[in-house]
Amino acid sequence: MQLSRDQLLKAYRQMKVIREFEERLHIDIQTGEIAGFTHLYCGQEAVAVGVCEHLSNDDKIVSTHRGHGHCLAKGCDVDGMMAEIWGSREGLCKGKGGSMHIADVDKGMLGANGIVGAGAPIAVGAGIAAKIDGKGHVAITFSGDGACNQGTTFEAMNMAVVTKAACIFVFENNHYSEHTGFEYAVGTQKDIASRAEAFGMKVWRGDGTDFFSVYETMREVLDYVRVPGNGPAAVEFDTERFFGHFEGDPQRYRGPGELDRIRETRDCIKKFRASVTGAGLLTDADIDAVDADVMAAIENAVAKAKAAARPTPEDVLSDVYISY
Amino acid sequence: MARMMYREAVLSTIAEEMERDENVVVLGEDVVGGNGTAGGPEAIGGIWSTSTGLYGKFGGDRVIDTPISESAIVGAAAGLALSGKRPVAELMFADFIGVSLDQIWNQIGKFRYMFGGKTKCPAVIRMAWGAGFNAAAQHSQAVHQMLTGMPGLKVVMPSTPADVKGLLRTAIRDDDPVIFLEHKALYGVKGEVPDDKDFMIPFGHARLSRAGNDVTIVSTGLLLGFCEAVADKLAAEGIGCDVIDLRTTSPLDEEAILDSVEVTGRLVVVDEAPPRCSLANDICALVAEKAFASLKAPPLGVNPPHTPVPFARELETAYLPSIPKIEAAVRKVLSYR
Ligand SMILES: Cc1ncc(C[n+]2csc(CCOP(=O)(O)OP(=O)(O)O)c2C)c(N)n1
Ligand SMILES: [Mg+2]
Repeated sequence: MQLSRDQLLKAYRQMKVIREFEERLHIDIQTGEIAGFTHLYCGQEAVAVGVCEHLSNDDKIVSTHRGHGHCLAKGCDVDGMMAEIWGSREGLCKGKGGSMHIADVDKGMLGANGIVGAGAPIAVGAGIAAKIDGKGHVAITFSGDGACNQGTTFEAMNMAVVTKAACIFVFENNHYSEHTGFEYAVGTQKDIASRAEAFGMKVWRGDGTDFFSVYETMREVLDYVRVPGNGPAAVEFDTERFFGHFEGDPQRYRGPGELDRIRETRDCIKKFRASVTGAGLLTDADIDAVDADVMAAIENAVAKAKAAARPTPEDVLSDVYISY
Repeated sequence: MARMMYREAVLSTIAEEMERDENVVVLGEDVVGGNGTAGGPEAIGGIWSTSTGLYGKFGGDRVIDTPISESAIVGAAAGLALSGKRPVAELMFADFIGVSLDQIWNQIGKFRYMFGGKTKCPAVIRMAWGAGFNAAAQHSQAVHQMLTGMPGLKVVMPSTPADVKGLLRTAIRDDDPVIFLEHKALYGVKGEVPDDKDFMIPFGHARLSRAGNDVTIVSTGLLLGFCEAVADKLAAEGIGCDVIDLRTTSPLDEEAILDSVEVTGRLVVVDEAPPRCSLANDICALVAEKAFASLKAPPLGVNPPHTPVPFARELETAYLPSIPKIEAAVRKVLSYR
């Protein structure tokens, strides 16, 4: 099905926001002003956006340590996220969570997560709730090729099948878990989707570096899972991460020229532009205008985050049932 | 003596013990690093550099890179230990213990007792713990309070490179399961370490790091250094502090604590875990019970508040015990009449 001009522009803008958000963090982190561990999503934008463009605030997602892209794609406020990562009191989580714990439950974003494999069981619960409510909403968990080895993920897959939860397991295979290769850590050395299949789920596969592949695949997956009684499904997207595991990772596990090659040939943003301009759906000028707009928005978010109020010592004691 | 970092003491002790005893086996996430990548094994090691080079020296059978599967890592350590090996398993962050808790709590900690003493379980589970890096609620926690409360486990918390050396060697040679807690803010700290390849520090023997007659300060880990700084400052004012580094929280050197409090009559326990059911509470209760007559002031704990560890710099600073907070607590027990 053909996307409208507005849909195309929105999808592109979402991907570009994630890209520039991350590229800017990559620079700002080097100044030492941003605290904590940060895992950048750069390179995988087509997955988050291709999935979330189908969702409403009533559909839930559960994210990972590499969560900025999922959060932004699900509609979390750019300024609020930037402020959170800068540790501001005006951040989306008041500076209490930081990069790995961004959440906006009203938007259906149930949290990034610092514990690898913690998300899938949570999505099963949200998927059971969606089933009970019977309105065709779904819960989606994003998991990496590393997280797919965690027992929690296996338990969640089986339980989702058994309970017919309205749940979708989105596996983002970027071929690395920290410094270890997919071929080493996943015993079948094959793929992740076939594991989900073995648990009794219908599975799909797509190219995670191509927005249109993700978007069209997800349309099918969602059409299936939104039907009451069908239960869960899984989908695996092959993708790339453009930066290190965390900011500061020297990435000595990469092959010579690997980063240049994937930036050249596997960049979802470049591919999108080539595809829509090639097909005459959007012009270079259309896209350049979005780019300029996004750059300004990110610049603005950083300026606001830097100027935002800092948390006070008393803030430590709020949002918890007792201050002992 | 050799001068080395805390993390180098970890690595060199493991290497020496692997050299000495072929039953010593290392396992964990990225303990080799680079497996299955273009860079190849050891292209890059674990994030704490505490296993660098072991794979090259001892090979893949004894230095095992695992998938992200904490439950299976600790469970495999249990099975290795029941099968004549001496596993040294690594959890990258102590917080990930949640994923593996059954294997620690219901399995390795209980085998010897449940099996009527018929087995040993010589497993070491190492993990990096503690706050100070703005790593937020799931990568900064203290876990010793929980583990110390579990019968069957020994819990070790070294504060210096020399203690890492002596205590880790004891842990690897011990026939019981040992939780070895490495404070991540100490990894880069340097100190003198004995060269003797049989240098061992027995468990349950605290170290007196400062001596004085006016107040007893008990701590371990990162905060021990804060306590020493407070003691040094007060010494200049003519106030003498005993600073006791527990080294192990299970077994606990009760004698060292009680002997000191019998002289000073005043106790401050400085602990990185939240206050409820904490090490600080435990030791204050011990002293109230066994040295009541010596006390000149109520024992006092210095803990973070009863909250998760917050992210932002200002919040984490407010959360953690600090030198001024410890000093204030010490002055409070000193001024009690
Ligand atoms: C339970 C747990 N174990 C280990 C880690 C450390 N860790 C953080 S991310 C990561 C790799 C995750 O790989 P993958 O699932 O492929 O996600 P990616 O980083 O590629 O996005 C590891 C081992 C963790 N945060 N939680
Ligand atoms: Mg991965």
